[in-house]
Amino acid sequence: MTDDTDAAAAGWFAGLDAVDTEAASRTIREASAAEPADWPRLAVEAGFVDSEADYYNQLHKATIHSTRAAARAREQADDKQLLHAVRAMDDATRTANELAERLSEWAGTLFDDQPTGIEGARRLADREPKSPLEARVISLADRVDGLATEADELGTFIERQAPDIAPNLSEMAGPVLAARLIALAGGLESLAKKPSGTVQVLGAEDALFAHLAGRGSSPKHGIIYTHEYVSGTRPEDRGSAARAFAGKLSIAARIDHYSGKFKPEIHDELDERMSTIRARAGAASEGAEQ
Amino acid sequence: MTDLPEGVDRRSFDGTQRLATQGQPVYGEPTDGEWRLWDAGRSKLGAMLELDMDISLSGGESVLYLGAASGTTVSHVADFAGPTYAVEFAPRPVRDLVGVAEARPNLFPLLKDARKPETYAHIVERDLDFLVQDVATRGQARVAVDNAQFLADDGLLCLAVKARSEDVTADPEAVFEGVREALVDAYHVVDSQRLEPFHDDHLGIVATKH
Repeated sequence: MTDDTDAAAAGWFAGLDAVDTEAASRTIREASAAEPADWPRLAVEAGFVDSEADYYNQLHKATIHSTRAAARAREQADDKQLLHAVRAMDDATRTANELAERLSEWAGTLFDDQPTGIEGARRLADREPKSPLEARVISLADRVDGLATEADELGTFIERQAPDIAPNLSEMAGPVLAARLIALAGGLESLAKKPSGTVQVLGAEDALFAHLAGRGSSPKHGIIYTHEYVSGTRPEDRGSAARAFAGKLSIAARIDHYSGKFKPEIHDELDERMSTIRARAGAASEGAEQ
Repeated sequence: MTDLPEGVDRRSFDGTQRLATQGQPVYGEPTDGEWRLWDAGRSKLGAMLELDMDISLSGGESVLYLGAASGTTVSHVADFAGPTYAVEFAPRPVRDLVGVAEARPNLFPLLKDARKPETYAHIVERDLDFLVQDVATRGQARVAVDNAQFLADDGLLCLAVKARSEDVTADPEAVFEGVREALVDAYHVVDSQRLEPFHDDHLGIVATKH
């Protein structure tokens, strides 16, 4: 039956030895076929296995092995690590601040002139406890200090890693904002595939969906507001600034994802565009003076 | 009322009759002896069975499950079905899915994109009895039509359509109507119902391949 021999050649088990899970794992991950076939029967006929029950055993072993490896490889892709780091940093910062508030409430009942916030917690952590109660409060302060330090170190890590993973995006937005954009998009590839209008409002999803549902005006900017290009531009021109910035950011993300090389031209182009936009403010105030 | 497939039963949990299957627990769901609760609020297929939609299964079917996520629903399917292929595209839930599949010799996890059937056609066999689809992507009807090649003639499709995945601004009813129309290329719709109160803005569609 030549037809079936040909057909079997397209199956994941073609040319494999039943005991070689490694090789099977690779074909499961990488091969493809134009259309499905009666694989269990073909595998028995091709002599890959003795019975259909055996076929399913082999398939189970091979898919578990292959899929676990494929998922791990995808999860360890560098931009995914950056995504975890930035989310961990935000969680650590938020938790440290929450605990610092709890701490200053509590410490205020024990000590006079207790400073608040993370700084307060750090100062408190250095004190010597004089009672079991103070020991608890000071121990909590120590944890807040530790969490805040971890958040800082995660920030340093991101600043070091982001330029390797996304050189253009990090140069343009700064490493932390670059990492946040990647995290919000769910990865560098998804960010590269988003239209710049979406990049412009990443992080402003609540406002965007409220707008789409007919409530409120459309958001001009999302997380990119944290960049000086947007927040440092006067309110009348912020829409233009955000649009120009997001446009170049998507180009930067695409270069980073598809080529990975640093391209100085796009950064100069953006600088030029930004000074044109900001010149409007200068022109307007000159006009008012005349 | 359609009979439940063999291997699925209604058991009493906290005084109410709810769906259950027999198998190893997956996420700490309540159990009654060997039976474990199949929570319709966490599973669109569970909701479709709970709503008595016209799903004729007898148990032991061969299955392709698209959008298996971390394997909550597909674990119940594998408890009552035969060979079950589970396709999921996102790596994080696949980590859990592999764990669920390890304890079930008839469940085959695949990290693949349901929009590209050619990437798993060398693994998934044809003439399957049952296709379950719960993917939150645009073009859900297209995915169902493209994957009809794995089904036997008269094979059964259970499709959960998420209105918000197609278009967040459109009226869900209009989205559902569009999906029903697009399915005609490969399927004959037998039954369709909104999945409230279990899932908001979702439509369950039962269809057979023609």
